[in-house]
Amino acid sequence: MRIAAAGLALLSLLPATALAAGDAAEPKKVDWTFNGPFGTFDHAAARRGLVVYLDVCAMCHALRYVAYRNLTEIGLTEDQAKAVAAGHDVTDGPDETGAMFKRPGGLADRFVPPFPNDNAARFANGGALPPDLSLMYKARAHGADYIYSLLTGFQDPPADVQMAAGMTYNPYFPGHQTAMPAPLLDGLVAYEDGTEATVDQMARDVTQFLAWAAEPNLPTRHRIGLSVMIYLILLAGLLYAVKRRVWAHLH
Amino acid sequence: MTTEPKGDGSRRDFLYIATGGFATVGAGTAVWPFIDQMNPAADVLALSSLEVDISGIPEGHSLTVKWRGKPVFIRHRTAVEIQEARAASVADLRDPVRDQDRAQKPEWLIVVGICTHLGCIPLGQKDTDPKGDFGGFFCPCHGSHYDTAARVRKGPAPRNLEVPDYEFLTPTLIKIG
Amino acid sequence: MSGGHESNDDLHHELKLRGVLGWIEYRLPIFNWINNAVGTNYPTPKNLNYFWNFGALAGVALVIQILTGIVLASHYVPTVDGAFASVERIMRDVNYGWLFRYVHANGASLFFAIVYVHLFRNLYYGSYKYPRELLWWLGLIILLLMIITAFMGYVLPWGQMSYWGATVITNLFGAIPIIGDELVLWLWGGYSVGEALLRGFYSLHYLLAFVIAALAVVHIWALHVHRSNNPLGIDIKGPQDVLPFHPYFTVKDLFGGSIYLIILAALVFYMPNALGEADNYIPANPLQTPAHIVPEWYLLPFYAILRAIPDKLGGVIALAAALLVLFAVPWLDTSKVRSARFRPIYKQLFWVLVADVFVLGWIGASPAEGIYITIGQLASAYYFLHFLVLLPVVGKLESPRPLPDSIATAVLEANRARAGGRR
Repeated sequence: MRIAAAGLALLSLLPATALAAGDAAEPKKVDWTFNGPFGTFDHAAARRGLVVYLDVCAMCHALRYVAYRNLTEIGLTEDQAKAVAAGHDVTDGPDETGAMFKRPGGLADRFVPPFPNDNAARFANGGALPPDLSLMYKARAHGADYIYSLLTGFQDPPADVQMAAGMTYNPYFPGHQTAMPAPLLDGLVAYEDGTEATVDQMARDVTQFLAWAAEPNLPTRHRIGLSVMIYLILLAGLLYAVKRRVWAHLH
Repeated sequence: MTTEPKGDGSRRDFLYIATGGFATVGAGTAVWPFIDQMNPAADVLALSSLEVDISGIPEGHSLTVKWRGKPVFIRHRTAVEIQEARAASVADLRDPVRDQDRAQKPEWLIVVGICTHLGCIPLGQKDTDPKGDFGGFFCPCHGSHYDTAARVRKGPAPRNLEVPDYEFLTPTLIKIG
Repeated sequence: MSGGHESNDDLHHELKLRGVLGWIEYRLPIFNWINNAVGTNYPTPKNLNYFWNFGALAGVALVIQILTGIVLASHYVPTVDGAFASVERIMRDVNYGWLFRYVHANGASLFFAIVYVHLFRNLYYGSYKYPRELLWWLGLIILLLMIITAFMGYVLPWGQMSYWGATVITNLFGAIPIIGDELVLWLWGGYSVGEALLRGFYSLHYLLAFVIAALAVVHIWALHVHRSNNPLGIDIKGPQDVLPFHPYFTVKDLFGGSIYLIILAALVFYMPNALGEADNYIPANPLQTPAHIVPEWYLLPFYAILRAIPDKLGGVIALAAALLVLFAVPWLDTSKVRSARFRPIYKQLFWVLVADVFVLGWIGASPAEGIYITIGQLASAYYFLHFLVLLPVVGKLESPRPLPDSIATAVLEANRARAGGRR
């Protein structure tokens, strides 16, 4: 039975591919600070994005592969990171009596998900599962551009589109209908640094934050990469010279 | 064709040596990630401290907690034990340390419960355990005896039981590490 | 190196070692063994071009895969619940873990790229012909094992593509008549792709890397019996045709190796996910298939051939045949001349085949609908036409251009022509 089911899934796969293919709109191109070989994260933007994540996204979306201690990498002080962690209760235990207990989060804990498991998340969201955001930047084609376009792309459906119940129109989402209502509104969060919290600004900031969350080693990678490339190009040059020397007296 | 002047040995040698040296430096550098990946990872380092509530340990009893995968002995010492620990002649000890320098508060002895000989866990935490000739801890593997300050007094162990970094956050809450 | 040996003229020079090295050599003649394999005592055709770097490069790529793989294996958790998270832990928390994972993932891609160039170089210069048929077979077996190993490795991160790739590929075995369903159940060790398969793949992925390494040694052993073919495809006639492997080809391989490392580093440090699928950063979900299942790029041509046949069993047979037909190439090619340089018609056909394989790769990445299906079927048909019909027929009909007398004379003429052109 399972085999047949898997077989069916396999068969249904190919036509489905065709439907989903050129369906979603091409995301808007943004010149992100982390693009290109010298790219790195804008820490101030990422910190603002953390605020957006905590105040808005975290109601439904988990970030389970990122730890609170990691927040110091985008410029939070250890005390600030501790304060973020302490705002969330972590289930720990068992204690001496064998019972699980809640304690405030610490730096070593990973971001506490809003729901204890996927079933609870679906139940609270009308059957739709809000995906974990830890890897969203790498788990979607066009990564950052897609996240930004999706967040700024909510609009009224065209007249000819029949919307399913509880769905919102967004041309950047595959199928154009997403169970996520437009999450951002102008002025929804208060930025400490005085930046005006427009939808566009919040979308850019939270994209910076999520790009960092997915690929925290990107700045290190780019930095080491530069040294390695310079070294290897010099080495190749030297080896070419040696090769010429060795072969020279044959001719 | 390159027109290589004859008898240019030194310049050729220099090129070969420079290239060889340059390649060796690169290969040597590339070894570092292979070594460093075996060092404790970031999540392991983050777990290094542990908070323990000690309010529930009556005098004369102990608690064993796990810290960095190792047992830590927390003993609520009696007045007699403290007195014994302080009475010992420090100069005669194998690893001479004053009790005052091992216990921040005299009634609380906090040590890593691993025998400094070969890493077994000494007995002495439970009331029914043998505590050795000096009333502290006794390691059954090779017979090391520790006193009430967990200092080695007899047997093959070279050093006293290690005192981890700890601080009293409140009178009843300690942070180890 | 170690023997203070200077002369390059004397090709059959035994290393004479003293001191500690001599003591070891007397008991285990390993230094002469190395010297005979890749040293001054391995005569190599002097006219090898840079395409002859790719064998050595494949060896380097294999070593890189094994070294990084050992590190990754020591941090990875082969369980359905733990695999994805352990890979993320490697990426985030293990010191340089991201570097090892990206080198391993991109290194696999480059390993295939190198081996494919190596294979097509063989096809162009006819290196598979007498007396190197077994050498060619060993290479093909290595390629087969590489495909299996790479596929198993791709399953290990337990992302969506891992899971569904494993499901789709293992379901291929269900096409086998009578025992198919039982066979798939056996492969899975359960009613679906899961714990048993993941653990088995982990074990075999690790093991097969070393089987490949062992076969690579046998491959090189076979190579050393009749030595390298060369761009002219004619046999070595005497010492004037050859150069000692060291230093001439060691230094050439080292230079080629540095270019390879530059390409690998560019991928690893600046576009580490360019060759991967975004979907594999979504944890495996047995209840939802990704919109677009594609294998890694290096398997796309085979995937296209699989899909070209609108029948489950037929597709699987075509897929297997596409690989197996390569084993018959030494006998399907009826020409006595090895190198395509002297085979005007075969030379054209070779490039048509290369284009055909690229078309198959493009079709493999495209959705199976409309015109793509037709193109895929035509390209698959041509692939078999090339090997089964054109190769034997052209070998008989074609009149090859005259071959040079020897490698030495050809090299001399080429040099004279180049010098003349410069004047």
